[in-house]
Amino acid sequence: MAASSVAPTPLLTDELDIVIPTIRNLDFLEMWRPFFQHYHLIIVQDGDPTKKINVPEGFDYELYNRDDINRILGPKASCISFKDSACRCFGYMVSKKKYIFTIDDDCFVAKDPSGKDINALEQHIKNLLCPATPFFFNTLYDPYREGADFVRGYPFSLREGAPTAVSHGLWLNIPDYDAPTQLVKPRERNTRYVDAVLTIPKGTLFPMCGMNLAFDRDLIGPAMYFGLMGDGQPIGRYDDMWAGWCTKVICDHLGLGIKTGLPYIWHSKASNPFVNLKKEYKGIYWQEELIPFFQSAILPKECTTVQACYKELAKQVNAKLSNVDPYFTKLADAMVTWIDAWDELNPPSKAGLANGSA
Amino acid sequence: MSDTVIKDDEVDIVIAALRSDLTSFMEDWRIIFSRFHLIIVKDPDLSEDLKIPDGFNHDVYTKSDIDQCVGSASTSVLFSGYSCRYFGYLMSRKKYIVSIDDDCVPAKDNKGHLVDVVAQHIWNLRAPATPFFFNTLYDPYCAGADFVRGYPFSLRNGVTCALSCGLWLNLADLDAPTQALKPEMRNSRYVDAVLTVPARTMMPLSGINVAFEREVIGPALFPGLRLGGEGKLRWETIEDLFSGMCAKVVCDHLGLGVKSGLPYVWRKESGDAVESLKKEWEGVKLMEEVVPFFQTVRLLRSAVTAEDCVLEIAKMVKEQLGPSDRVFTRAADAMVEWIKLWKAVASASTSAA
Repeated sequence: MAASSVAPTPLLTDELDIVIPTIRNLDFLEMWRPFFQHYHLIIVQDGDPTKKINVPEGFDYELYNRDDINRILGPKASCISFKDSACRCFGYMVSKKKYIFTIDDDCFVAKDPSGKDINALEQHIKNLLCPATPFFFNTLYDPYREGADFVRGYPFSLREGAPTAVSHGLWLNIPDYDAPTQLVKPRERNTRYVDAVLTIPKGTLFPMCGMNLAFDRDLIGPAMYFGLMGDGQPIGRYDDMWAGWCTKVICDHLGLGIKTGLPYIWHSKASNPFVNLKKEYKGIYWQEELIPFFQSAILPKECTTVQACYKELAKQVNAKLSNVDPYFTKLADAMVTWIDAWDELNPPSKAGLANGSA
Repeated sequence: MSDTVIKDDEVDIVIAALRSDLTSFMEDWRIIFSRFHLIIVKDPDLSEDLKIPDGFNHDVYTKSDIDQCVGSASTSVLFSGYSCRYFGYLMSRKKYIVSIDDDCVPAKDNKGHLVDVVAQHIWNLRAPATPFFFNTLYDPYCAGADFVRGYPFSLRNGVTCALSCGLWLNLADLDAPTQALKPEMRNSRYVDAVLTVPARTMMPLSGINVAFEREVIGPALFPGLRLGGEGKLRWETIEDLFSGMCAKVVCDHLGLGVKSGLPYVWRKESGDAVESLKKEWEGVKLMEEVVPFFQTVRLLRSAVTAEDCVLEIAKMVKEQLGPSDRVFTRAADAMVEWIKLWKAVASASTSAA
């Protein structure tokens, strides 16, 4: 195949923050150094704020522990989870950059089938910088990738695509299974490298995993609230799921796209399935009500900003889900608090310009 | 997938012969096709006799067979060119049909193994589809994969998969303008995945490499939209795309699934994209109307079979698309006639599995 002159992917070092929640240490960053070195890190330290988190030398970072979160947000800090990686969304809020990449501290560099190290961040940037195609399915997946294109029958009027708001990466080795599946298949490893990026069609929900995720903060940031999880909450391990369902409904409403597929990272640690089961238990039942809720959620035309959409969703959560469990009334309140906190830390004048319109 | 046990009498391989010498095609596919029954339908416009090598269990249908069955007027309207394959669908009595264009040969996967297109298609059709929620690890039923965290348990049974759409290495199914603009572009990316196309999501269903469950969705795969300048190259047709979108709407309505992805076939070089450009524009223009139409079609609850659905869609095509171009009126009429034929000929009986 003829080598096409493909422009190198821009680094976006001044436009992207890497948000990492941690409770232990950040040794994993050593392996990522060649790819992360030039980026600013926002570390959200969960758990005991007196513990000192060791950041490897040479990284430019800001670190926030629980005391910082309380100080910065005051009473609004109640919307940020404690003792759960959901606290990472605080990092999204304080960032001043256009793009966010978030990764878990047990995720390492994976290799592609040729044995080459995968620069996950570069692939996420590629995904975010080129359009998504949510309105019609392209059977050759991402048509903007080199070596691919739109197939016969794809309407030309839809070939400009939609702005990409989210890039959802995947995981080799330990797959992101729920506790029951982990218990039944403790030895299953994901060894299948699927060389595709594709847009999740408009109107279709998906389970968004926060382990290897990037998004355009200007386009969708306020929707990336990871909910109330962990300490004092009846549920865990549904933070990213919740953010994903809200984000997808809002993206569909605003005409934005979400991609999934490449890049892969290597997920090294399987969390304890019994601990996971306790955390997820309620979620497994509640999910059966949540999915129809999100599938039928309609946002009014007047909601043209992410914040307006999100507050409207919060209203609907309160109206329709509180009979599932009082937790959802609390969550709806926290969703509003989150938006208020977001707007306080991010004055709306900039945000209003950048949001997609309905 | 390699453990898929397929009974020989469950599958018909339907081939539309647009070229008369099928020798190299059949030899290339022998190792995969020879255990199955083949239905070879000769393009009624093709004058030369077909050349078919020995050792295949097959039936050939030519213009005179088609004329006898449907009347010669219908033959030329419905079954010429690529659309002759639909006559093969009418004639089949098997549970599954696999249909491949005659300019395709077996592909090799990432490990260099020959892709058994039939085994993969049948696996796709036998394993449930999951159209109501997207699984980020693609097909959850294949070995080494499963549903991911957050996938509702009530949706993990899936639904019957009615249609399996495969892909193409080398010459991908691009339209003429795209291929003309990138004459060197060839698809060399082997994406090791099958996924369910979500409910209410429309897609361009290429007829080059498909398989389906005949009784369930057969009526919705029809020769309908014939371009004025339709030719003998895929670039010069959109009949499969039109029928495919109809089939997707029918599947969505009936709660059936459609999958896309593996298996791949290798599509040989043929045709000149620039030449086809001259004929292609009609199809490109029509898609601009066809797609929004199908995206908004909603069928009545009373339509509970594929036949009912197609007849309802035909009415809508006539009413909503007919006024803008007579090609749609003709398509609607063809759809109605197809269902008549299907009810008379195809529904006769299924051979016991």
